[in-house]
Amino acid sequence: MVSSLLLLLLDSRAPAGAHGHSGGMESAVTAGLVADVADVQRFCRFRLRTSGPAAAAFAAVACDLWRAGPGDTPGSDAAARWAELDGEFGARVASPASRAASRQLGSGLRRLVRSMAPEADLVTPWRLVPGPAPHQPLVLGAAVAIADGDARLAALAAALGTCTVPASAAVRLLGLDPYAVQGVLAGLGAEIDETGRAGAQCAAGSSREPDRPGLAESGGLARYAKLPARAAPALDLLADVHARSEVRLFAS
Amino acid sequence: MRPDNDTRPAGHQHDHAGRHVHDHVHRAAGEPSGAAAGQVPRIGIGGPVGSGKTALVAALCRALSGELVIGVVTNDIYTTEDADFLRRAGVLPAERIRAVQTGACPHTAIRDDISSNLDAVEQLEADFPGLGLVLVESGGDNLTATFSYGLIHRQIFVIDVAGGDKVPRKGGPGVTRSDLLVINKTDLAPLVGADLAVMDRDAAGVRDGRPVLFTSLTADGGAAPVADWVRATVAKLAGTPTRG
Repeated sequence: MVSSLLLLLLDSRAPAGAHGHSGGMESAVTAGLVADVADVQRFCRFRLRTSGPAAAAFAAVACDLWRAGPGDTPGSDAAARWAELDGEFGARVASPASRAASRQLGSGLRRLVRSMAPEADLVTPWRLVPGPAPHQPLVLGAAVAIADGDARLAALAAALGTCTVPASAAVRLLGLDPYAVQGVLAGLGAEIDETGRAGAQCAAGSSREPDRPGLAESGGLARYAKLPARAAPALDLLADVHARSEVRLFAS
Repeated sequence: MRPDNDTRPAGHQHDHAGRHVHDHVHRAAGEPSGAAAGQVPRIGIGGPVGSGKTALVAALCRALSGELVIGVVTNDIYTTEDADFLRRAGVLPAERIRAVQTGACPHTAIRDDISSNLDAVEQLEADFPGLGLVLVESGGDNLTATFSYGLIHRQIFVIDVAGGDKVPRKGGPGVTRSDLLVINKTDLAPLVGADLAVMDRDAAGVRDGRPVLFTSLTADGGAAPVADWVRATVAKLAGTPTRG
């Protein structure tokens, strides 16, 4: 059963700062790569297939990690695990501008969670993560866990977000028919669902990885190394160009 | 009785007899986690495109930077020109100006989803511990655009006489609810056939005693009355005990 708290958290109207980001859409529009509804579909599918699997898998792992609680196993406490997971996600985002945007979005979502679940300790688990906040999929996974959702839902929400953020930006940037764009998103539904499912599966696999002694000495990177890591060099380059452009409406 | 910070120019004063003059904001219980008492005073500056928001920010920095360390968060499409404009004002180093992108929704960023602006304000506070005032300039919007009090403590709404003397009568939350209404470009009034007395009367009629100031920001010292209001407001806010 999905709780109302979970629906509130995932509501696009909830103030989490996403409205100021375009998921690369503004730079693609500026570069002339996206001009109409058909382009929006191609862009969203491309983003789903590149950024989607990692976002889904990391949100799912984060959800499980939060649900596991602050447990302290030899050589690896929860804060170290969060830092490791955060580092692994950052390693999958080649563009410095996109990494910054991801932390900014994480900060916005964390602020939202803080207001809705004031009893949740959002400091201790993330004390080893660089500022301003963990990457967005990690905060999303934790948020879903706090609202009693499971890893599958966290992964699905992350996958969906890789499409909804650029799609809503396209409506604003290009004056597209919002119903046509909503139709595009619905048409991608099966693929979004599958990305979410696959992400949750990856997470389940990584959770079964044992805490091997000596993991910390090896940098601790083994546990999450197998999570999806697909690259989109064009989007990375555009993101960095965008961050330097003088006139921009979206932060990313 | 007029508050001592009500410095409307002669000829545009009203007694508003019988009205309670507000210099504070009534807020609902359970206010959001944003702007709270005891923080660095935050003042929002909103208003339609071209009414003079950036000019007011520059003029306030010029007037107040000798006494306050000021930081500015701007939500307008922020170009090198804008930065230069503020720097030329001579008093605001670039690192104390932060730009927030609003995703083509300037309204949303100051009212419905203030997270990016809160991040920018908090970052300024962290970077400059001596900060005495943060001005948050909204992107140019329309008469319905107002700030959330989760983001700022007080807000100034700037309109101009060139938009026509009917604007105050049209009302809208910016005109009716702002803590200070600034009616700018009074120098243009004769050129556009705007009647300042009509604007003052109409504004007074919908503002329940909240102050209105007429300015011509292009004139030397044109922002002085607004600077006085800001000075008095900052003093009051800074003297407020911290909540909790």
